[in-house]
Amino acid sequence: MSLASELEAPPPAKIRLAGVSKIFTTNRGTVQALDDINLEIGDGEFVCFVGPSGCGKSTLLRIVAALERSFTGTAEVNGKMITEPGRDRTVMFQEHALFPWLDVLGNVMFGLKLKPALTNKDRLEVARYYLKLVGLDGFEHANIHELSGGMKQRVALARALAPNPRVLLMDEPFASLDAMTREQLYGDLQKIHAARKKTILFVTHNVREAVCLGDRVLLFSPRPGRIRKEFKIELPRPREFNDVAMASLAAEITGELKTILAPAL
Amino acid sequence: MKQFLAALAFFAALLGAWEYTARHGEVSAVLLPAPSAVWQYIVGAAKDGTLAEATLVTMKRLFLGYAVGIGIGIPLGMLLARFKFLHNTVGTLALGLQTLPSVCWVPLALLWYGQTEKAMLFIVVMGTVWAVILATEHGIRQIPPLYREAAATMGSRGFHLWFRVLAPASLPHIVSGTKQGWAFAWRSLMAAEIYITILSGMGIGHLLHYGRELHAMDQVVGLMLVIIVIGFLADKIIFSPWERFLHRLWGLLNS
Repeated sequence: MSLASELEAPPPAKIRLAGVSKIFTTNRGTVQALDDINLEIGDGEFVCFVGPSGCGKSTLLRIVAALERSFTGTAEVNGKMITEPGRDRTVMFQEHALFPWLDVLGNVMFGLKLKPALTNKDRLEVARYYLKLVGLDGFEHANIHELSGGMKQRVALARALAPNPRVLLMDEPFASLDAMTREQLYGDLQKIHAARKKTILFVTHNVREAVCLGDRVLLFSPRPGRIRKEFKIELPRPREFNDVAMASLAAEITGELKTILAPAL
Repeated sequence: MKQFLAALAFFAALLGAWEYTARHGEVSAVLLPAPSAVWQYIVGAAKDGTLAEATLVTMKRLFLGYAVGIGIGIPLGMLLARFKFLHNTVGTLALGLQTLPSVCWVPLALLWYGQTEKAMLFIVVMGTVWAVILATEHGIRQIPPLYREAAATMGSRGFHLWFRVLAPASLPHIVSGTKQGWAFAWRSLMAAEIYITILSGMGIGHLLHYGRELHAMDQVVGLMLVIIVIGFLADKIIFSPWERFLHRLWGLLNS
Protein backbone atom coordinates (compact mmCIF):
# COMPACT_ATOMS: atom_id res chain seq x y z
CA MET A 1 0.00 0.00 0.00
CA SER A 2 1.62 3.24 -1.03
CA LEU A 3 0.82 6.76 -0.04
CA ALA A 4 -0.60 7.49 -3.45
CA SER A 5 -3.01 4.59 -3.28
CA GLU A 6 -3.89 5.64 0.24
CA LEU A 7 -5.03 9.03 -0.94
CA GLU A 8 -6.75 7.65 -4.02
CA ALA A 9 -10.47 7.10 -3.79
CA PRO A 10 -11.03 3.51 -2.67
CA PRO A 11 -13.24 1.23 -4.73
CA PRO A 12 -16.63 2.37 -3.47
CA ALA A 13 -18.81 -0.24 -1.93
CA LYS A 14 -22.21 -1.60 -2.65
CA ILE A 15 -24.33 -2.40 0.38
CA ARG A 16 -27.08 -4.98 0.35
CA LEU A 17 -29.51 -5.51 3.20
CA ALA A 18 -32.03 -8.31 2.84
CA GLY A 19 -34.77 -9.21 5.30
CA VAL A 20 -33.04 -7.40 8.15
CA SER A 21 -35.05 -7.47 11.37
CA LYS A 22 -34.03 -6.52 14.85
CA ILE A 23 -35.87 -6.99 18.12
CA PHE A 24 -34.75 -5.31 21.32
CA THR A 25 -35.70 -7.10 24.51
CA THR A 26 -36.01 -4.88 27.54
CA ASN A 27 -37.43 -5.83 30.92
CA ARG A 28 -40.65 -4.12 29.93
CA GLY A 29 -41.06 -6.30 26.87
CA THR A 30 -39.86 -6.47 23.31
CA VAL A 31 -39.60 -3.71 20.72
CA GLN A 32 -39.43 -4.43 17.03
CA ALA A 33 -36.76 -1.91 16.05
CA LEU A 34 -36.52 -3.05 12.44
CA ASP A 35 -38.90 -5.16 10.44
CA ASP A 36 -37.84 -6.83 7.22
CA ILE A 37 -35.63 -4.14 5.72
CA ASN A 38 -34.64 -4.73 2.10
CA LEU A 39 -32.30 -2.20 0.64
CA GLU A 40 -29.60 -1.88 -1.98
CA ILE A 41 -27.19 1.01 -1.92
CA GLY A 42 -25.05 1.67 -4.95
CA ASP A 43 -21.39 2.53 -5.36
CA GLY A 44 -20.65 6.01 -4.07
CA GLU A 45 -24.27 6.71 -3.36
CA PHE A 46 -25.25 9.21 -0.65
CA VAL A 47 -28.32 7.84 1.13
CA CYS A 48 -30.16 9.58 3.94
CA PHE A 49 -32.35 7.79 6.49
CA VAL A 50 -35.08 10.05 7.82
CA GLY A 51 -37.66 9.35 10.45
CA PRO A 52 -38.80 10.13 13.98
CA SER A 53 -36.91 8.82 16.99
CA GLY A 54 -37.35 5.13 17.57
CA CYS A 55 -37.86 4.24 13.90
CA GLY A 56 -34.73 2.10 13.81
CA LYS A 57 -32.72 4.28 11.41
CA SER A 58 -29.74 4.45 13.77
CA THR A 59 -30.01 0.75 14.49
CA LEU A 60 -29.78 0.01 10.77
CA LEU A 61 -26.65 2.15 10.55
CA ARG A 62 -25.17 0.32 13.53
CA ILE A 63 -25.88 -3.00 11.82
CA VAL A 64 -23.87 -1.88 8.79
CA ALA A 65 -21.09 -0.74 11.15
CA ALA A 66 -21.33 -4.13 12.90
CA LEU A 67 -21.71 -2.34 16.22
CA GLU A 68 -25.03 -4.17 16.42
CA ARG A 69 -24.48 -7.83 15.72
CA SER A 70 -27.58 -9.67 16.87
CA PHE A 71 -30.16 -9.34 14.13
CA THR A 72 -31.81 -11.58 11.58
CA GLY A 73 -31.38 -11.26 7.82
CA THR A 74 -28.42 -10.53 5.61
CA ALA A 75 -26.12 -7.53 5.61
CA GLU A 76 -23.38 -7.44 2.96
CA VAL A 77 -20.81 -5.04 1.61
CA ASN A 78 -19.73 -5.94 -1.93
CA GLY A 79 -21.12 -9.43 -1.53
CA LYS A 80 -19.28 -10.08 1.72
CA MET A 81 -21.18 -10.63 4.94
CA ILE A 82 -20.68 -7.93 7.54
CA THR A 83 -19.30 -9.68 10.62
CA GLU A 84 -17.28 -7.17 12.59
CA PRO A 85 -16.47 -3.45 12.71
CA GLY A 86 -13.68 -2.40 10.39
CA ARG A 87 -11.84 0.47 8.79
CA ASP A 88 -13.69 -0.07 5.51
CA ARG A 89 -16.83 1.28 7.26
CA THR A 90 -15.95 4.12 9.61
CA VAL A 91 -18.55 5.89 11.70
CA MET A 92 -19.14 9.47 12.67
CA PHE A 93 -21.34 9.72 15.74
CA GLN A 94 -23.73 12.37 16.95
CA GLU A 95 -21.37 13.10 19.82
CA HIS A 96 -17.87 13.63 18.53
CA ALA A 97 -16.41 10.57 20.35
CA LEU A 98 -12.93 12.04 20.02
CA PHE A 99 -10.32 10.75 22.44
CA PRO A 100 -9.41 13.47 24.96
CA TRP A 101 -6.00 11.91 25.74
CA LEU A 102 -4.88 12.54 22.15
CA ASP A 103 -4.56 15.89 20.44
CA VAL A 104 -6.25 16.66 17.12
CA LEU A 105 -3.51 15.03 15.05
CA GLY A 106 -3.37 12.02 17.38
CA ASN A 107 -7.08 11.46 16.90
CA VAL A 108 -6.85 11.60 13.12
CA MET A 109 -3.81 9.29 13.24
CA PHE A 110 -5.60 6.72 15.42
CA GLY A 111 -7.02 4.62 12.59
CA LEU A 112 -3.95 5.17 10.41
CA LYS A 113 -1.67 3.74 13.06
CA LEU A 114 -3.57 0.49 12.75
CA LYS A 115 -2.63 0.21 9.10
CA PRO A 116 0.67 -1.65 9.22
CA ALA A 117 1.59 -1.03 5.58
CA LEU A 118 2.04 2.70 6.09
CA THR A 119 5.18 4.38 7.37
CA ASN A 120 4.87 7.06 10.02
CA LYS A 121 5.74 9.67 7.44
CA ASP A 122 2.89 8.49 5.23
CA ARG A 123 0.51 8.53 8.17
CA LEU A 124 1.44 12.08 9.04
CA GLU A 125 0.97 13.17 5.46
CA VAL A 126 -2.43 11.47 5.15
CA ALA A 127 -3.59 12.94 8.47
CA ARG A 128 -2.51 16.42 7.40
CA TYR A 129 -4.27 16.01 4.07
CA TYR A 130 -7.58 15.28 5.80
CA LEU A 131 -7.17 18.00 8.41
CA LYS A 132 -6.72 20.40 5.55
CA LEU A 133 -9.72 18.93 3.76
CA VAL A 134 -11.95 19.68 6.74
CA GLY A 135 -10.36 23.11 7.16
CA LEU A 136 -8.42 22.48 10.33
CA ASP A 137 -4.80 22.81 9.28
CA GLY A 138 -3.00 24.70 12.02
CA PHE A 139 -4.96 22.98 14.78
CA GLU A 140 -2.91 19.79 14.80
CA HIS A 141 -1.75 20.07 18.37
CA ALA A 142 -4.85 21.53 19.93
CA ASN A 143 -6.46 19.57 22.72
CA ILE A 144 -9.96 18.35 22.08
CA HIS A 145 -11.65 20.29 24.88
CA GLU A 146 -10.30 23.54 23.45
CA LEU A 147 -12.27 23.15 20.22
CA SER A 148 -15.75 24.42 19.48
CA GLY A 149 -18.55 21.92 18.76
CA GLY A 150 -18.26 22.45 15.01
CA MET A 151 -14.48 22.00 15.04
CA LYS A 152 -14.83 18.81 17.06
CA GLN A 153 -17.18 17.38 14.44
CA ARG A 154 -14.72 18.38 11.72
CA VAL A 155 -11.97 16.49 13.52
CA ALA A 156 -14.33 13.53 13.87
CA LEU A 157 -15.00 13.71 10.12
CA ALA A 158 -11.27 13.82 9.36
CA ARG A 159 -10.70 10.90 11.71
CA ALA A 160 -13.44 8.87 10.01
CA LEU A 161 -12.10 9.70 6.54
CA ALA A 162 -8.40 9.15 7.25
CA PRO A 163 -8.31 5.33 7.07
CA ASN A 164 -9.81 5.73 3.58
CA PRO A 165 -13.01 3.76 4.22
CA ARG A 166 -15.24 2.59 1.43
CA VAL A 167 -18.32 3.44 3.41
CA LEU A 168 -18.85 6.40 5.69
CA LEU A 169 -21.61 5.96 8.26
CA MET A 170 -22.93 9.15 9.80
CA ASP A 171 -25.32 9.03 12.73
CA GLU A 172 -26.92 12.48 13.13
CA PRO A 173 -23.46 14.02 13.08
CA PHE A 174 -24.60 17.63 12.91
CA ALA A 175 -27.60 17.45 15.24
CA SER A 176 -25.95 19.21 18.14
CA LEU A 177 -24.40 22.03 16.13
CA ASP A 178 -25.68 25.55 15.58
CA ALA A 179 -27.37 26.37 12.27
CA MET A 180 -24.48 28.40 10.81
CA THR A 181 -21.86 25.75 11.46
CA ARG A 182 -24.21 23.10 10.11
CA GLU A 183 -24.78 24.90 6.81
CA GLN A 184 -21.04 25.26 6.38
CA LEU A 185 -20.58 21.56 6.99
CA TYR A 186 -23.27 20.66 4.43
CA GLY A 187 -21.16 22.38 1.82
CA ASP A 188 -17.96 20.74 3.03
CA LEU A 189 -19.48 17.29 3.17
CA GLN A 190 -20.78 17.57 -0.39
CA LYS A 191 -17.33 18.65 -1.54
CA ILE A 192 -15.74 15.72 0.24
CA HIS A 193 -18.28 13.31 -1.17
CA ALA A 194 -17.55 14.56 -4.66
CA ALA A 195 -13.78 14.39 -4.13
CA ARG A 196 -13.52 11.11 -2.24
CA LYS A 197 -16.32 9.07 -3.89
CA LYS A 198 -17.46 7.35 -0.72
CA THR A 199 -20.66 5.49 -0.18
CA ILE A 200 -22.34 7.47 2.59
CA LEU A 201 -25.21 6.48 4.87
CA PHE A 202 -26.49 9.47 6.75
CA VAL A 203 -29.05 9.30 9.56
CA THR A 204 -31.03 12.40 10.43
CA HIS A 205 -34.46 13.51 11.56
CA ASN A 206 -34.13 16.72 9.59
CA VAL A 207 -35.82 16.34 6.18
CA ARG A 208 -34.24 19.47 4.74
CA GLU A 209 -30.79 18.26 5.71
CA ALA A 210 -31.50 14.92 4.03
CA VAL A 211 -32.72 16.58 0.82
CA CYS A 212 -29.70 18.88 0.78
CA LEU A 213 -27.23 16.04 1.09
CA GLY A 214 -28.72 12.83 -0.27
CA ASP A 215 -28.94 11.22 -3.67
CA ARG A 216 -31.75 9.26 -2.15
CA VAL A 217 -33.88 9.87 0.94
CA LEU A 218 -35.57 6.99 2.73
CA LEU A 219 -38.49 7.63 5.06
CA PHE A 220 -38.76 5.37 8.08
CA SER A 221 -41.75 4.85 10.37
CA PRO A 222 -41.51 3.48 13.89
CA ARG A 223 -42.95 0.46 15.75
CA PRO A 224 -42.03 -1.61 13.84
CA GLY A 225 -39.19 0.21 12.06
CA ARG A 226 -39.86 0.06 8.32
CA ILE A 227 -38.84 1.92 5.20
CA ARG A 228 -42.09 3.49 4.04
CA LYS A 229 -41.09 5.54 1.06
CA GLU A 230 -38.10 6.61 -0.91
CA PHE A 231 -37.30 9.72 -2.90
CA LYS A 232 -34.62 10.20 -5.50
CA ILE A 233 -33.24 13.70 -5.19
CA GLU A 234 -32.24 14.88 -8.65
CA LEU A 235 -31.33 18.46 -7.80
CA PRO A 236 -27.97 19.61 -9.15
CA ARG A 237 -24.95 19.72 -6.82
CA PRO A 238 -23.52 21.41 -4.92
CA ARG A 239 -26.81 22.16 -3.22
CA GLU A 240 -27.39 25.24 -1.19
CA PHE A 241 -29.30 24.69 2.07
CA ASN A 242 -31.47 27.77 1.50
CA ASP A 243 -32.21 26.99 -2.14
CA VAL A 244 -35.90 27.47 -2.99
CA ALA A 245 -36.34 24.35 -5.12
CA MET A 246 -34.76 22.29 -2.40
CA ALA A 247 -36.90 23.84 0.31
CA SER A 248 -40.10 23.10 -1.59
CA LEU A 249 -39.04 19.49 -2.21
CA ALA A 250 -38.24 19.16 1.48
CA ALA A 251 -41.66 20.56 2.37
CA GLU A 252 -43.28 18.02 0.05
CA ILE A 253 -41.39 15.15 1.68
CA THR A 254 -42.17 16.44 5.16
CA GLY A 255 -45.86 16.41 4.23
CA GLU A 256 -45.47 12.84 3.04
CA LEU A 257 -43.77 11.91 6.30
CA LYS A 258 -46.64 13.42 8.26
CA THR A 259 -49.26 11.37 6.44
CA ILE A 260 -47.21 8.23 6.98
CA LEU A 261 -46.89 9.00 10.65
CA ALA A 262 -50.46 10.20 11.17
CA PRO A 263 -51.93 6.82 12.09
CA ALA A 264 -49.08 6.19 14.50
CA LEU A 265 -49.46 9.50 16.31
CA MET B 1 -3.31 37.58 48.20
CA LYS B 2 -6.09 38.59 50.55
CA GLN B 3 -7.00 34.95 51.03
CA PHE B 4 -3.38 34.10 51.74
CA LEU B 5 -3.14 36.84 54.35
CA ALA B 6 -6.34 35.64 55.99
CA ALA B 7 -4.96 32.09 56.18
CA LEU B 8 -1.68 33.41 57.57
CA ALA B 9 -3.47 35.42 60.22
CA PHE B 10 -5.54 32.39 61.17
CA PHE B 11 -2.51 30.17 61.71
CA ALA B 12 -0.61 32.89 63.54
CA ALA B 13 -3.56 33.36 65.90
CA LEU B 14 -3.80 29.61 66.41
CA LEU B 15 -0.11 29.35 67.28
CA GLY B 16 -0.31 32.40 69.53
CA ALA B 17 -3.27 31.01 71.45
CA TRP B 18 -1.53 27.66 71.76
CA GLU B 19 1.72 29.21 73.04
CA TYR B 20 -0.17 31.41 75.49
CA THR B 21 -2.23 28.54 76.90
CA ALA B 22 0.84 26.34 77.26
CA ARG B 23 2.75 29.05 79.14
CA HIS B 24 0.14 30.70 81.31
CA GLY B 25 -2.67 28.19 81.40
CA GLU B 26 -3.36 25.57 84.02
CA VAL B 27 -2.26 22.80 81.65
CA SER B 28 0.83 20.76 82.43
CA ALA B 29 3.61 20.86 79.84
CA VAL B 30 3.41 17.06 79.71
CA LEU B 31 -0.08 17.31 78.32
CA LEU B 32 0.32 20.35 76.12
CA PRO B 33 3.82 21.28 75.00
CA ALA B 34 4.27 24.84 73.79
CA PRO B 35 4.80 25.32 70.05
CA SER B 36 8.27 26.68 70.84
CA ALA B 37 9.14 23.40 72.62
CA VAL B 38 7.80 21.40 69.66
CA TRP B 39 9.86 23.51 67.30
CA GLN B 40 12.94 22.94 69.44
CA TYR B 41 12.39 19.19 69.24
CA ILE B 42 12.01 19.30 65.47
CA VAL B 43 15.17 21.40 65.05
CA GLY B 44 17.10 19.13 67.42
CA ALA B 45 15.95 15.94 65.72
CA ALA B 46 16.72 17.42 62.34
CA LYS B 47 20.22 18.40 63.48
CA ASP B 48 21.21 15.09 65.04
CA GLY B 49 19.89 13.16 62.08
CA THR B 50 17.19 11.10 63.78
CA LEU B 51 14.46 12.76 61.77
CA ALA B 52 16.13 12.24 58.42
CA GLU B 53 16.94 8.63 59.24
CA ALA B 54 13.41 7.86 60.42
CA THR B 55 11.90 9.60 57.40
CA LEU B 56 14.10 7.59 55.08
CA VAL B 57 13.14 4.29 56.74
CA THR B 58 9.46 5.20 56.63
CA MET B 59 9.57 6.38 53.03
CA LYS B 60 11.28 3.18 51.91
CA ARG B 61 8.52 1.13 53.49
CA LEU B 62 5.86 3.39 52.11
CA PHE B 63 7.11 3.32 48.54
CA LEU B 64 7.64 -0.43 48.57
CA GLY B 65 4.18 -1.12 50.02
CA TYR B 66 2.55 1.41 47.75
CA ALA B 67 4.31 0.05 44.65
CA VAL B 68 3.19 -3.48 45.47
CA GLY B 69 -0.35 -2.27 46.17
CA ILE B 70 -0.55 -0.37 42.87
CA GLY B 71 1.23 -3.15 40.98
CA ILE B 72 -1.37 -5.66 42.09
CA GLY B 73 -4.33 -3.32 42.26
CA ILE B 74 -4.35 -1.76 38.80
CA PRO B 75 -4.06 -4.99 36.73
CA LEU B 76 -6.51 -6.77 39.02
CA GLY B 77 -8.94 -3.87 38.72
CA MET B 78 -8.71 -4.12 34.92
CA LEU B 79 -9.40 -7.84 35.06
CA LEU B 80 -12.39 -7.22 37.32
CA ALA B 81 -13.79 -4.76 34.80
CA ARG B 82 -13.30 -7.30 32.02
CA PHE B 83 -14.60 -10.49 33.64
CA LYS B 84 -18.01 -10.55 35.27
CA PHE B 85 -17.01 -13.62 37.26
CA LEU B 86 -14.07 -11.83 38.89
CA HIS B 87 -16.24 -8.79 39.54
CA ASN B 88 -18.75 -10.93 41.40
CA THR B 89 -16.14 -12.80 43.43
CA VAL B 90 -12.95 -10.78 43.95
CA GLY B 91 -14.92 -7.55 43.60
CA THR B 92 -17.16 -8.43 46.50
CA LEU B 93 -14.15 -9.45 48.56
CA ALA B 94 -12.43 -6.14 47.77
CA LEU B 95 -15.54 -4.20 48.69
CA GLY B 96 -15.68 -5.97 52.05
CA LEU B 97 -11.99 -5.71 52.87
CA GLN B 98 -11.81 -2.07 51.83
CA THR B 99 -14.11 -1.18 54.71
CA LEU B 100 -11.73 -2.83 57.19
CA PRO B 101 -9.44 -0.22 58.81
CA SER B 102 -5.91 -1.35 58.05
CA VAL B 103 -4.88 -1.29 61.72
CA CYS B 104 -7.14 -4.34 62.11
CA TRP B 105 -4.60 -6.34 60.10
CA VAL B 106 -1.93 -5.76 62.75
CA PRO B 107 -2.70 -8.75 65.03
CA LEU B 108 -2.80 -11.12 62.08
CA ALA B 109 0.36 -9.67 60.55
CA LEU B 110 2.20 -10.06 63.85
CA LEU B 111 1.12 -13.68 64.18
CA TRP B 112 2.02 -14.57 60.60
CA TYR B 113 5.23 -12.64 60.11
CA GLY B 114 6.39 -11.67 63.61
CA GLN B 115 8.09 -8.34 64.21
CA THR B 116 9.53 -8.07 60.72
CA GLU B 117 9.51 -5.84 57.67
CA LYS B 118 7.21 -8.37 56.04
CA ALA B 119 4.54 -7.64 58.60
CA MET B 120 4.81 -3.92 57.80
CA LEU B 121 4.64 -4.55 54.09
CA PHE B 122 1.64 -6.82 54.53
CA ILE B 123 -0.29 -4.15 56.43
CA VAL B 124 0.50 -1.42 53.93
CA VAL B 125 -0.45 -3.61 50.96
CA MET B 126 -3.68 -4.68 52.62
CA GLY B 127 -4.45 -1.05 53.34
CA THR B 128 -3.81 0.02 49.74
CA VAL B 129 -4.69 -2.70 47.31
CA TRP B 130 -8.48 -2.93 47.73
CA ALA B 131 -9.06 0.76 47.20
CA VAL B 132 -6.87 0.72 44.08
CA ILE B 133 -8.64 -2.35 42.66
CA LEU B 134 -12.05 -0.78 43.13
CA ALA B 135 -11.01 2.61 41.75
CA THR B 136 -9.47 1.04 38.64
CA GLU B 137 -12.49 -1.13 37.98
CA HIS B 138 -14.81 1.81 38.50
CA GLY B 139 -12.65 3.89 36.17
CA ILE B 140 -12.89 1.40 33.35
CA ARG B 141 -16.61 0.95 33.81
CA GLN B 142 -17.06 4.72 33.61
CA ILE B 143 -15.59 4.90 30.10
CA PRO B 144 -18.29 6.01 27.65
CA PRO B 145 -19.16 3.01 25.43
CA LEU B 146 -18.80 5.43 22.54
CA TYR B 147 -14.97 5.42 22.86
CA ARG B 148 -14.91 1.66 22.59
CA GLU B 149 -17.23 1.73 19.57
CA ALA B 150 -15.36 4.51 17.79
CA ALA B 151 -12.09 2.63 18.34
CA ALA B 152 -13.62 -0.62 17.11
CA THR B 153 -14.79 0.96 13.85
CA MET B 154 -11.20 2.06 13.24
CA GLY B 155 -10.00 -1.50 13.69
CA SER B 156 -8.84 -1.45 17.32
CA ARG B 157 -9.17 -4.83 19.02
CA GLY B 158 -7.84 -6.86 21.94
CA PHE B 159 -4.60 -5.55 23.39
CA HIS B 160 -4.64 -2.43 21.26
CA LEU B 161 -8.12 -1.58 22.54
CA TRP B 162 -7.04 -2.16 26.15
CA PHE B 163 -3.79 -0.27 26.10
CA ARG B 164 -4.51 2.49 23.61
CA VAL B 165 -8.13 3.21 24.46
CA LEU B 166 -9.43 1.78 27.71
CA ALA B 167 -6.31 2.41 29.79
CA PRO B 168 -5.86 6.06 28.76
CA ALA B 169 -9.62 6.67 28.88
CA SER B 170 -9.72 5.53 32.51
CA LEU B 171 -6.63 7.53 33.47
CA PRO B 172 -8.52 10.23 35.41
CA HIS B 173 -10.14 7.58 37.56
CA ILE B 174 -6.94 5.61 37.94
CA VAL B 175 -5.08 8.72 39.08
CA SER B 176 -7.72 9.54 41.65
CA GLY B 177 -7.68 5.87 42.70
CA THR B 178 -3.92 5.78 43.14
CA LYS B 179 -4.13 9.03 45.08
CA GLN B 180 -6.67 7.47 47.38
CA GLY B 181 -4.41 4.40 47.58
CA TRP B 182 -1.54 6.64 48.62
CA ALA B 183 -3.58 8.12 51.46
CA PHE B 184 -4.54 4.62 52.60
CA ALA B 185 -0.94 3.38 52.40
CA TRP B 186 0.30 6.33 54.46
CA ARG B 187 -2.31 5.77 57.18
CA SER B 188 -1.66 2.02 57.23
CA LEU B 189 2.07 2.46 57.58
CA MET B 190 1.70 4.83 60.51
CA ALA B 191 -0.58 2.31 62.22
CA ALA B 192 1.91 -0.47 61.49
CA GLU B 193 4.87 1.50 62.80
CA ILE B 194 3.09 2.50 65.98
CA TYR B 195 1.96 -1.04 66.72
CA ILE B 196 4.84 -3.14 65.53
CA THR B 197 8.14 -2.71 67.35
CA ILE B 198 10.90 -3.79 65.05
CA LEU B 199 14.65 -3.68 65.04
CA SER B 200 15.30 -3.31 61.35
CA GLY B 201 14.74 0.44 61.29
CA MET B 202 13.11 3.15 63.36
CA GLY B 203 10.44 4.90 61.33
CA ILE B 204 8.53 8.06 62.14
CA GLY B 205 5.74 5.98 63.68
CA HIS B 206 8.23 4.36 66.03
CA LEU B 207 9.60 7.72 67.13
CA LEU B 208 6.04 8.80 67.80
CA HIS B 209 5.42 5.67 69.84
CA TYR B 210 8.58 6.13 71.92
CA GLY B 211 7.71 9.76 72.44
CA ARG B 212 4.54 8.60 74.09
CA GLU B 213 6.35 6.05 76.25
CA LEU B 214 8.80 8.70 77.42
CA HIS B 215 5.99 11.23 77.98
CA ALA B 216 7.81 13.53 75.59
CA MET B 217 4.81 15.32 74.18
CA ASP B 218 6.97 17.84 72.34
CA GLN B 219 8.31 14.87 70.37
CA VAL B 220 4.85 13.43 69.78
CA VAL B 221 3.37 16.68 68.56
CA GLY B 222 6.49 17.49 66.54
CA LEU B 223 6.25 14.18 64.72
CA MET B 224 2.57 14.65 64.09
CA LEU B 225 3.46 17.85 62.31
CA VAL B 226 6.15 16.05 60.31
CA ILE B 227 3.59 13.42 59.28
CA ILE B 228 1.18 16.11 58.14
CA VAL B 229 3.89 17.87 56.14
CA ILE B 230 4.98 14.65 54.41
CA GLY B 231 1.40 13.85 53.44
CA PHE B 232 0.92 17.35 52.13
CA LEU B 233 4.16 17.37 50.13
CA ALA B 234 3.44 13.97 48.61
CA ASP B 235 0.15 15.28 47.37
CA LYS B 236 1.77 18.37 45.85
CA ILE B 237 4.83 16.63 44.41
CA ILE B 238 3.39 13.35 43.15
CA PHE B 239 -0.23 13.98 42.36
CA SER B 240 -0.59 17.65 41.48
CA PRO B 241 1.47 17.33 38.27
CA TRP B 242 -0.70 14.41 37.17
CA GLU B 243 -3.84 16.31 37.90
CA ARG B 244 -2.59 19.34 36.01
CA PHE B 245 -1.65 17.12 33.08
CA LEU B 246 -5.11 15.55 32.99
CA HIS B 247 -6.73 18.92 33.31
CA ARG B 248 -4.77 20.19 30.33
CA LEU B 249 -5.87 17.27 28.15
CA TRP B 250 -9.40 16.67 29.32
CA GLY B 251 -10.36 20.19 30.30
CA LEU B 252 -12.66 20.31 33.27
CA LEU B 253 -13.30 16.73 34.22
CA ASN B 254 -16.89 15.53 34.38
CA SER B 255 -18.15 18.43 32.36
